[in-house]
Amino acid sequence: MPETYLFYALAALAIGASALVIGQRNPMYSIMLLIASFGALAGLYILLDAPFVAVAQIIVYAGAIMVLFLFVVMLLNAPQEDAAEWDRSHPLRQPGVTRFGVLLALLLVVQLGWALARSVELDGQVAAGDATTISSVRELGRVLFTDYMFAFEATSILILVAMVGAVVLARKEGPNL
Amino acid sequence: MDFLTGIWASFDPYLRPSVIGGVIFVAFNALIIASAVLVLAERKIMGFMQQRYGPYLVGPHGMLQPIADILKLLFKEELRPKGADKWLFTLAPVIAVVASFTAFATVPFGAETTFFGLLDEPIKLGISDVNVGVLVVFAVTSMGVYGIVLAGWSSNSKYSLMGGLRASAQMISYELAYATSLAAVVMLAGSLSLREVVDAQAGTWFGFIPQWYVFLQPVGFIIYMIAGVAETNRAPFDFPEAEQELVAGYNTEYSSVRFALFPQAEYINMTTMSAVATDLYLGGWHFPGVPIWLGVLVFLAKVGVILFAYIWVRWTVPRYRYDQLMSFGWKWLFPAAVLNLLVTAAMILYFNA
Repeated sequence: MPETYLFYALAALAIGASALVIGQRNPMYSIMLLIASFGALAGLYILLDAPFVAVAQIIVYAGAIMVLFLFVVMLLNAPQEDAAEWDRSHPLRQPGVTRFGVLLALLLVVQLGWALARSVELDGQVAAGDATTISSVRELGRVLFTDYMFAFEATSILILVAMVGAVVLARKEGPNL
Repeated sequence: MDFLTGIWASFDPYLRPSVIGGVIFVAFNALIIASAVLVLAERKIMGFMQQRYGPYLVGPHGMLQPIADILKLLFKEELRPKGADKWLFTLAPVIAVVASFTAFATVPFGAETTFFGLLDEPIKLGISDVNVGVLVVFAVTSMGVYGIVLAGWSSNSKYSLMGGLRASAQMISYELAYATSLAAVVMLAGSLSLREVVDAQAGTWFGFIPQWYVFLQPVGFIIYMIAGVAETNRAPFDFPEAEQELVAGYNTEYSSVRFALFPQAEYINMTTMSAVATDLYLGGWHFPGVPIWLGVLVFLAKVGVILFAYIWVRWTVPRYRYDQLMSFGWKWLFPAAVLNLLVTAAMILYFNA
């Protein structure tokens, strides 16, 4: 079963690279590892007979978003973080926003667990329809703009809101602007 | 002939893997040779345009100059600046050249053929045939920018860093126009497979105008070519290595083989860009009146014409200013591409409804 071996290899690469992303001191290495992780994910999509999703993953995440990340990190010119100034106490003991963030992360873990538990029930529904129609780009586009129109548009607006928020947060206040 | 065909055909199961391997081997080496020949062609054409000979000493009319260049680069000392990032400095040229080779993997360069009866079932001339081929080319090409950006950053030199920053900004800006012009062709052909796009362009209108998409998509073709020049970082858009401003841009600190890989990646990217343009807009291996088994030659001739145009533009058009490049990309090229897409979609709806 070469596909099974390939799956394990790609999964190991994805998980290993993701784990190393948060282990790096140098943000440039983190970005490169994240790209490797995205590449492994694209490989997994190809194994799932979804070449379009795989290519979209590479174009959107590895090709566009990570180039922007790289751009920002290069502009900030911060290859090393100041480890001495770190607050090494437990995140839950820290005040304010950090604690809130930790709670959100915990919520995410719970959600993921719940989703994984539920995915066993949903197995039968996903298998409906054969693989060629699922992976067909034409079918994907039709479904995206008819059945899942609301979710699609809502996600787009969410991204737009996040972008506007980022611009507002990053804007410098001052009379000369 | 029939007798020979019969003998050959019986070997089909044994020959098929080696024939497919042979096609891949030939394509891979053709790309390497193309990059060497393009260097010579560039210098010769530049010389012609500037009323001088260009390289003339090595071999007859300087035809062996690429070999001399390669040998020189191989035997040079490899330097790495002390402050450079050890891993990324070496990885950057590798990424650039791997991405440029990989991008060619889904570009078909000939019709289905049995090699004059050698095989029972015809094989498709091309390294692989993926049903989202256009997107694969696009995705892999966009990965090539990491080579340039990392080269710029890892050199730990301000000129290199500026070159890398410019490369990333330029690539992101021009990829949009590039992809949008591609989308119009994909809509016309109704397929994301490059082979199906080419086959949709077979035949003629009124018996003499070939049904190439360049006639249906003249604006899209121009946008594609402009964005293609910007994507391959060539003049008049060669800001990542603008000599007058940045010494040599992202590859300032590179020497020897590591340096050689960057121009090689650039020339292979040019070849891929021209091959994709041929497949999408110029009908690939189709030409009215030319039999399909000569398709590979037709394809090569078209690619050659586009490559000549690339070199021609490089030596006749002056470099833009950097802010002009960005405003041109975002304020003119991208809106034009979107408009082209909308008009194409409207036309398709109107004529097919």
